[in-house]
Amino acid sequence: MTDLDQFRADTRAWLEAHCPPEMRQPVRGEKDICWGGRRAEYRPGQKEWLDAMASRGWTVPDWPVQYGGGGLSPAETKILREEMARLGARNPLNSFGISMLGPALLKYGTEEQKLEHLPAIARGEIRWCQGYSEPNAGSDLAGLAASAESDGDDYIVNGQKVWTSYADKADWIFCLVRTSKESKQGGISFVLFDMESPGVSTKPILLISGYSPFCETFMDNVRVPKRNRVHDENKGWDVAKYLLGHEREMISGMGLGAGGANPLIEGAIATIGLNDRGELADPMLRSAIAMFEVRARAFSAMSERFIDELKAGRAHPAQPSMMKYVGTELNKARHELMMAAGGSGALEWESEASNGGAAARAWLRTKANSIEGGTSEVQLNIIAKRILELPGA
Amino acid sequence: MPLYLTEEQTMLADTARDFVAEHAPVSHLRALRDANDATGFSRDLWRQFADMGFTGILVPEAQGGLGLGHVEAGVVMEEIGRNLSPSPFLATAVAAVEALKGTAHADRWFPRIVAGEAVAALAIDETPKFTNAISLRAERAGNGFRLSGTKRFVQHAHVADLMIVAARTSEASANNGEGLTLFAIDRESAFPDTDPRRLADASIASCVNFDNFEVDADAVIGEVDGGGAVLGRLLAAGRTAASAELLGVGGGAMDMTVAYLKQRKQFGVPIGSFQALQHRAAHLYAELEVARAAVLKAQQLLDASDEHADGAVAVAKAMTGLATGLAVQEGIQMHGGIGMTDEYDIGFYMKRHRVLAETFGDAGFQADALARAAGY
Repeated sequence: MTDLDQFRADTRAWLEAHCPPEMRQPVRGEKDICWGGRRAEYRPGQKEWLDAMASRGWTVPDWPVQYGGGGLSPAETKILREEMARLGARNPLNSFGISMLGPALLKYGTEEQKLEHLPAIARGEIRWCQGYSEPNAGSDLAGLAASAESDGDDYIVNGQKVWTSYADKADWIFCLVRTSKESKQGGISFVLFDMESPGVSTKPILLISGYSPFCETFMDNVRVPKRNRVHDENKGWDVAKYLLGHEREMISGMGLGAGGANPLIEGAIATIGLNDRGELADPMLRSAIAMFEVRARAFSAMSERFIDELKAGRAHPAQPSMMKYVGTELNKARHELMMAAGGSGALEWESEASNGGAAARAWLRTKANSIEGGTSEVQLNIIAKRILELPGA
Repeated sequence: MPLYLTEEQTMLADTARDFVAEHAPVSHLRALRDANDATGFSRDLWRQFADMGFTGILVPEAQGGLGLGHVEAGVVMEEIGRNLSPSPFLATAVAAVEALKGTAHADRWFPRIVAGEAVAALAIDETPKFTNAISLRAERAGNGFRLSGTKRFVQHAHVADLMIVAARTSEASANNGEGLTLFAIDRESAFPDTDPRRLADASIASCVNFDNFEVDADAVIGEVDGGGAVLGRLLAAGRTAASAELLGVGGGAMDMTVAYLKQRKQFGVPIGSFQALQHRAAHLYAELEVARAAVLKAQQLLDASDEHADGAVAVAKAMTGLATGLAVQEGIQMHGGIGMTDEYDIGFYMKRHRVLAETFGDAGFQADALARAAGY
């Protein structure tokens, strides 16, 4: 037995022993996702699962041990994910701290910043949000205007952010601010502050899904210590771009759907039924789903390849843009098909039978996938210029 | 196993890329076509493939081959695709080798295949559009069998030394692998009548007519009535190889097209600076990247004899059919008028894609098979 075989056997046994039965059920809605944080409301099993995984550093298996990680190699990390999928184990902790800020701090943070923030992220104690977009800085993100004026050892931050995901539930924010007007990209700094700081306020934005996952965030003379700036002053764009790559990876994962069960196929069979040849009784929808599934399964292989290449340092630096583009477009297509497969039942918005309109609301939510984190068109621009090296306009 | 090529596989890919580009570039196909070559490929080139060791990639070391897998065969297939090289590699060194592996025929055929002295043809298709239906009959007669029926779309049949034929030996249900027997027919004994026809891509495929054609019992590959498993191995290997070839065709078409976007000027600027074309090219890049991952996944699972290999193979064949189909269509569109000329190579890519897309079942066929396997 090789060391990796032994690791797989040990991991399988540990997961079997420690994953609570509730955490082996598929995620059915937003409330089944554990985000952690100071004000987290845990469902049965969530906290136990989070603490068990965090005790081994397995909420962030490939981070170094001293920052709360598991110190696992790429091969071990892959085995852990495979064994979790085999058991149907839920992700113990969903977190912008893990998927976005963490990698940026590991690359650009000081030792003091890493030790202050990374272990708290790994344990799910602090929930983070991202202050990037502004009312007049969307696709043209570097045009942002929120200002940070120097005041001794502090910055005084003023301005407005928009589309701040879960700002009303987050404990801290990583935020892009303008520290110089001399240069567009070269005048941006990357700062961290507590959402309870005086002068910070948030206002949820009601979306077409009927939910408010995003907020407007207002900063009115917020005092931020300069030691909370990540990387050099006016070098925040480097951090922002690096982090956007990780955000795109995370969003592209949406194209994968859930492991194991396939709600699209199961839903279609439940609503429409099979004919006497065992085929979905709606032949046009059957072929649409079947062709979609080819793309979804091919993309699943692409995700595996992308992660393997990324861990080995072999991925093109702009490849996250390709993943984000394909993954989000697929996710939108999947939900269009799920609505078609659900028929009129999937249109219900409030009933108990529809789980509060879960299908319709999830479908509408996916429409943001190809806008947030850089639109599909921005990703295509990046692929054209940085990978295909086509000339500038 | 990580989903990228190992160092050894990358070295083989580099070797194959240089070799095929030097000895069988698109101009080689053009020359054969313009000469109305009756063989459809170059036997000299085939022997050079043998000298390079390519013909023995999937042949076990004990039988004189390299004992490698579908990933390695795939890197050669991809270069054949990129250069549109007419070659019996897919039928002979991949599909026939996989069908004969571990059977009594291997000892006879593998040395000749490895040496580049034998070419195989696969007589599988019977319907004008690929299906699983096999109705060519093989009746017991004397010490052997008598075959009756017609096969179609059989590449290399008119010049092949070996023909692998899928026949029905018992009336199980008509649409699955039961009751089938596969035969290995040697031209040195007797060979059926072939009716070779040139296809759109200048390759040659035949209708093969079996009119009470007699074969010895020792022509059976594996067990009588047990041909379903052999056919399954042949088709999985053939589809995977066709996927890799399609990847090369699509990659070659995209590279040509992107190069043209940088070079061609209109309105005083390279047309590749126009966002309308940039987005089309970038979308195409994404499709081919996804297809590449699907192909490597299928190759690795096939090499590992994984239970999910068949599904991955169907995904790879379907996805490469779609992605490369986009590549050749965008290729001609973005080249504009010059893309419509016979003098320019991009049209050859479009023709080759169409032939490969139909080979062993197109994207719709594979998607239907996946749906059935998933219970809908």
